[in-house]
Amino acid sequence: MNGAAFVIIAIGTLAAALAAATLPNLMHAALSFAVAFVGIAAFFFLLGAEFVGLALVFIYVGAVAVLIVFTILLTHRDAGKDHGFNWGGAIVALAVFGGLTWAILKTQSLAMLAPHMATLTVKRIGTALMTTYVWPLQCVGLLLTAALIGALILVLEEKR
Amino acid sequence: MTPTLQVFLIVSAAMFSIGLLAALSRRHAIFILIGIEMMLAAANLNFIAFWRFGPQHQPPIGVMIALFSIAIAAAEAAVGLAMVIAVYRHYHTTNVDQLDQLRG
Repeated sequence: MNGAAFVIIAIGTLAAALAAATLPNLMHAALSFAVAFVGIAAFFFLLGAEFVGLALVFIYVGAVAVLIVFTILLTHRDAGKDHGFNWGGAIVALAVFGGLTWAILKTQSLAMLAPHMATLTVKRIGTALMTTYVWPLQCVGLLLTAALIGALILVLEEKR
Repeated sequence: MTPTLQVFLIVSAAMFSIGLLAALSRRHAIFILIGIEMMLAAANLNFIAFWRFGPQHQPPIGVMIALFSIAIAAAEAAVGLAMVIAVYRHYHTTNVDQLDQLRG
């Protein structure tokens, strides 16, 4: 694992995430959101979980970011106005970050290096999905179908 | 310098806090959803990091949990954005401060 690559990815991801959280222009913030998720996927690649990183890019940058941009365009008349920013949230977020960082740095057993690992092949993931995790997989399929139908019903034209 | 588990957890904590900042501070419904997605991504990063640094198993448990969590997060985003569109159609606003019809 490369330290320089880690620092570059961390700075890029956190800067994009901060831009997505604070930029007043909605479209810019949505595009920063996509960049932040490319950064998260890069972390997954760095950690040796290439399949999950690729799935994250397909799902988030390919589908969810496009869905968010579509929603911004559909709620267009409202989108130009900045709805304001609540500084109380910033204080809470800083407090949470401080508390988590203190707890992580205090726990000495977390300061370890990555052990040697056999490459995680897609074959291994597929075998696990089709044997140990076959019931969770079916449940996720059911959930996605329910979400599809639910989203369609939610946006159906209201009867007057 | 090779990164330890701690630095991954700190990056993940920072990502979570930024998501919390977006969810608490923005008044636009879509950006509250974006904040929730960022918090979920931070949790996934934690799962993958603990899987990579922990003892190795077959099946790879952390990767599996991250995969299922990504699928559930995608379903949540689709339903959430559909709700934003339905609310906008009804109230003609996406400002969550103005959606106070149920307030006593």
